[in-house]
Amino acid sequence: MKRLMLGNEAIARGAYEAGVRVVTAYPGTPSTEITEYAAKYSELNTEWSVNEKVALEIGIGSSIAGARTMVAMKHVGLNVAMDPLLSVAYPGVNAGLVVVVADDPGQHSSQNEQDTRYFGIAGKLPVLEPSDSQECKATMLAAFELSEEFDTVVIVRLTTRVAHSMSLVETAERMEIPLRDYDTRRGKYIVAPAYAKLRRVIAEQRLMDLEAFAETTPLNRAEIRDTRLGIVTSGIAYQYVREVAPNLSTFKLGMSYPLPRKRLLEFAATCDEIRVVEELEPIFEQKLATYGLLANGKDRIPVIGELSPEIVRKALLPGEPAPESTLKLASLPVRPPVLCPGCHHRGPFSVLKKLGLHVAGDIGCYTLAAFAPLDAMDTCICMGASIGMAFGFEKARGREFAKKTVAVIGDSTFWHSGVTGLIDIVYNRGITTVIILDNSTTAMTGHQSNPSSGDALSGTLPPQLDFIALARSLGIESVREVDAYNLVELEAVIKEEVEREAPSVIVTRRACLLKRGVSPPGPPHIVDADLCEACGTCLELGCPALSMGQSVAAIDSTLCAGCGLCLSNCAFDAIHLSLVQDSKVRGQS
Amino acid sequence: MNILIAAVGGQGALLAARIIGSYAQLEAQQVKVSEIHGMSQRGGSVVTHIRYSQEVHSPVIEMGTADVLLGFEILEAARSIQYLRPGGILIVSKQQIQPLPVLTGAATYPPALLESFENMPMTTYAVDALSHASELGNIKVANTVLVGVLARRLSADPNHWQEAVAESVPARHRDLNRKAFDFGFALDFSSIDSRRHRQKEALS
Repeated sequence: MKRLMLGNEAIARGAYEAGVRVVTAYPGTPSTEITEYAAKYSELNTEWSVNEKVALEIGIGSSIAGARTMVAMKHVGLNVAMDPLLSVAYPGVNAGLVVVVADDPGQHSSQNEQDTRYFGIAGKLPVLEPSDSQECKATMLAAFELSEEFDTVVIVRLTTRVAHSMSLVETAERMEIPLRDYDTRRGKYIVAPAYAKLRRVIAEQRLMDLEAFAETTPLNRAEIRDTRLGIVTSGIAYQYVREVAPNLSTFKLGMSYPLPRKRLLEFAATCDEIRVVEELEPIFEQKLATYGLLANGKDRIPVIGELSPEIVRKALLPGEPAPESTLKLASLPVRPPVLCPGCHHRGPFSVLKKLGLHVAGDIGCYTLAAFAPLDAMDTCICMGASIGMAFGFEKARGREFAKKTVAVIGDSTFWHSGVTGLIDIVYNRGITTVIILDNSTTAMTGHQSNPSSGDALSGTLPPQLDFIALARSLGIESVREVDAYNLVELEAVIKEEVEREAPSVIVTRRACLLKRGVSPPGPPHIVDADLCEACGTCLELGCPALSMGQSVAAIDSTLCAGCGLCLSNCAFDAIHLSLVQDSKVRGQS
Repeated sequence: MNILIAAVGGQGALLAARIIGSYAQLEAQQVKVSEIHGMSQRGGSVVTHIRYSQEVHSPVIEMGTADVLLGFEILEAARSIQYLRPGGILIVSKQQIQPLPVLTGAATYPPALLESFENMPMTTYAVDALSHASELGNIKVANTVLVGVLARRLSADPNHWQEAVAESVPARHRDLNRKAFDFGFALDFSSIDSRRHRQKEALS
């Protein structure tokens, strides 16, 4: 029977059926569920790696050691893994090695819209692109065949809409693929120039062989219908074209690099006119131009943002009537994502705002503190950047500026790529203060384990890496640990540490309240209407449980997690625990 | 059939979509569901698309073509109303969740949205899903109560639906969700505040 599967689940299923043995990944929307589903198969040795670079390096090792291996990440994760990716491009693989990369057109959960097809071009690596869940599974099987046949890493490119849509998948048995012999050909896996120059020639030949393969593979297919207009397309864009203009001919590129030149020329000759419908960059369009084919695309399809059936309809059928919405309401207030009620990130950021410090922030749920009303972050560029950037502030503007600056980074992001920045500060004699927000999980992507969370995908209980011991071992003398709910102590410690003429680390601790097994810090709080002056100070915490009622502040008891931060912030003592007056429950020391 | 769920992150739109998707699989050749994961789930607006038919290509619904809009929150239903086709069905929970700009006083929650719905060319069912869920023992099953209301509008036979609930809900929450579904399914038209529906019935 067919099963309804998320694209990401179908990718994991494809890996399973292809006989994959090792799966490595770092979580990142929209790719995270690939690895979570892969971990459900006991035959797959699956891990959350510390970052994407390490994930791919383990993948390369595993391939050379003979196991089919999948490495998964989001598009910006590929930037982190770029060094191993482009470096292994010439050596190639032993057992199949497939890197699944999920792009995020529309930037639903990302800092940019980079198009992974360019990275295939950069590495001379084949890129495959499924358009629904069944194709996700089939593409994985094809990818491993391709990887081994052509001795190359294969990139499978997803987009948010393919990764996070469910459609029906026909499953099959797992193939029994024996472990290959450990490959000891030094000329292949030592990239010293003497060898690498030889591999460079082989890689170029491989690209030509892949072009020949593109001409015959069923991954690419011409579907001839009405030949007045033919559409060259791939991925989710193909589905939109089929939806809005079912009569048009299509050339579906299941392999988006390298392209099948002859077949595309043939398709163009069959149709009166051809157009390209592609999400993000005009990669097909520009390549077709080099074939002498005039195929417009981006004149009507934007390079910015996610495609939709509406956009594709307007581009392909400009004169024709479109379904119209007659139901409309005037402008409505937006509903941005917010930090959860009781979130422990709220404490440190409310203090940083109060102190008016320059805050180099990082990537995680806590990036939400950059927005009103907390409004307590100056920068957020990429994973792990906060620490190096704060040190950059110090380099540019001197120690006095550093004493008004902190770097703020979450636990998972710190291990991912913040730790190297901290080492740099010590080595180069900076004084920057680093605050590590430890909520014992990778929260934003859905609570994945990390090196200090004390759990792992494999189900084993690994040792918890210790920030304090690490910072001390690096030679940082002042390493402080503070309860994130204790605003008084937080303020005192931060003030003290930014003044210090040496680097320091402050770890704020509280487990994420959404993590399984973590209970709310206390019972819900209530507002004492007699004492509340309606000053609105509590609302500055940006807690979804707090609002201004008719004349006084109000707390929604169904949302309140009892963290007590609003209580600490109230100048009129107008907020109380609703049940018991037990300060320990709130975790105040 | 095109069904759009409009909700606030954390309200259980994913589970509802999976129940409906699982039902659709028993009813149609093709099913596609488009979900929202990641940052938006932190209390932001989320929309989930469910499409099933003999042939489905796009996993997302075009504006103006949803047959049913299932709103878990009034403002979110309003935000997605342009997806509904004229003459479509709106099932909306009467729950209001104030977005942050409203909580901080930077914006106001639009008044009288339910009344505006009733003046639109569609059939509206406004359901007190939160109270019903609370009576059932857990406000979290408001989503499944609403799926029950939807189910009754789509078919008189709850069998496939019950199968879908059993298949989609983790074992430890199954009994409660089953109860919530049955409650929503059994909700009588007359107990649901639907002026237009009553008008329509009066005309026929």
